[in-house]
Amino acid sequence: MNGAHDLGGMHGFGPVEIEPDEPVFHHEWERRAFALSLAAGFLGKWNIDQGRFAREQMPPAEYLATTYYEHWLFGLQKLLNDLGLVSHGELAARRTNPASPAAPVTGARRLVAGDVEKALRTSRTSKADEDVPPRHKVGDRVVTGNIHPPGHTRLPRYARGKRGVVALDHGVWVFPDTAGNGLGRKPQHCYSVRFEARELWGAAAGTRDAVYIDLWDDHLEPA
Amino acid sequence: MSHEHHHHHHDDDVQEHREHGAPLSEVELRVRALESLLVDKGLVDPAALDALIDTYETKVGPRNGARIVARAWVDPVFKQRLLDDGTAAVAEHGFVGRQSEKLVVVENTAQVHNMVVCTLCSCYPWAVLGLPPVWYKSAPYRARAVIDPRGVLSELGVAVPGEREVRVWDSTAEIRYLVLPERPAGTEGLTEEQLAALVTRDAMIGVATVAAPAGGRR
Repeated sequence: MNGAHDLGGMHGFGPVEIEPDEPVFHHEWERRAFALSLAAGFLGKWNIDQGRFAREQMPPAEYLATTYYEHWLFGLQKLLNDLGLVSHGELAARRTNPASPAAPVTGARRLVAGDVEKALRTSRTSKADEDVPPRHKVGDRVVTGNIHPPGHTRLPRYARGKRGVVALDHGVWVFPDTAGNGLGRKPQHCYSVRFEARELWGAAAGTRDAVYIDLWDDHLEPA
Repeated sequence: MSHEHHHHHHDDDVQEHREHGAPLSEVELRVRALESLLVDKGLVDPAALDALIDTYETKVGPRNGARIVARAWVDPVFKQRLLDDGTAAVAEHGFVGRQSEKLVVVENTAQVHNMVVCTLCSCYPWAVLGLPPVWYKSAPYRARAVIDPRGVLSELGVAVPGEREVRVWDSTAEIRYLVLPERPAGTEGLTEEQLAALVTRDAMIGVATVAAPAGGRR
């Protein structure tokens, strides 16, 4: 979707400001929002691409006015509501009443503390075991699709309809543009594709600069 | 101040504290409510939350990546393995896991400067760098890194010579990128441990260079 999350190439946000000696979290609620998102992800009710798509659906003005973990919270609340695990109404009631009713959920497999280390170590989200032949090879000239799907895609706006060269073949991976929309894994090769800065940004860009973007077979056609 | 207010001076202080204190912010209320509901429904184990927080706050962080970089600087065979298959070489150190299903290590040299961004969200190699800093997740960096990398680098104090190529890696898949910074001159006599102490998070993202220790050559 052409959402506010797709920031590459925008102007007007000001300088990059690095905070010296930055803590991992700035507020206690950030710790809890981070851990809640991860733990809920391990319920296995959605995949990582659906998780990203949920955050992308935050209205653009709100997305740009809020912080990273607020994006996470928005996505988590949306997924929990849409999947019938925690409704927006239940959440609103619990905010004002700590004893508000919680509709039971059956059959959930929650992550317990003893399994955290193993779960983090062995979790695989997107690498696919299927033996799918590549449609492109390193060195091939390719062009990206000029697509504007309303659903989830990992082809950024600034790289649509652009010509590049396949630099690395990463092997076979789940395709986010289907998985993120609940349309299946569609495993296929993912590549780092090199785009010259001038192809992306025009004649004003540096002649010695390039952007490498990870894209899948379905994003690419021979050029 | 009215007589009434004066009369309830203490209560006013308490009220004021509540209104201005972080615990009652909208987002904090929402997170608390969400956590209590998820716990009540048996979807989340509070102890698992604590373990997840502890892992990323105290166990996993940029010191992991710094150890990898220092090893690569002192061990050419390891360095080659790291550049050929970053995932396997880093796994030798036990640094595996979430947000690092496949790791690609890119080397900064006199010819090429690499830097890493995720324009679409904030993908970052958690297993070797921990959780990303705010600037990496924020709009200015995500917007500008791909269109004006030299401007960003210059603002952050990294002077890249005009003839040196700049490569920006936009992490749009589950492949994660780690920059192997250039080893600073004058560090020949340092141990691997001393070298690791010089390597910063920002140098491994590609928005800083590694400086030799103050005092120069030992």
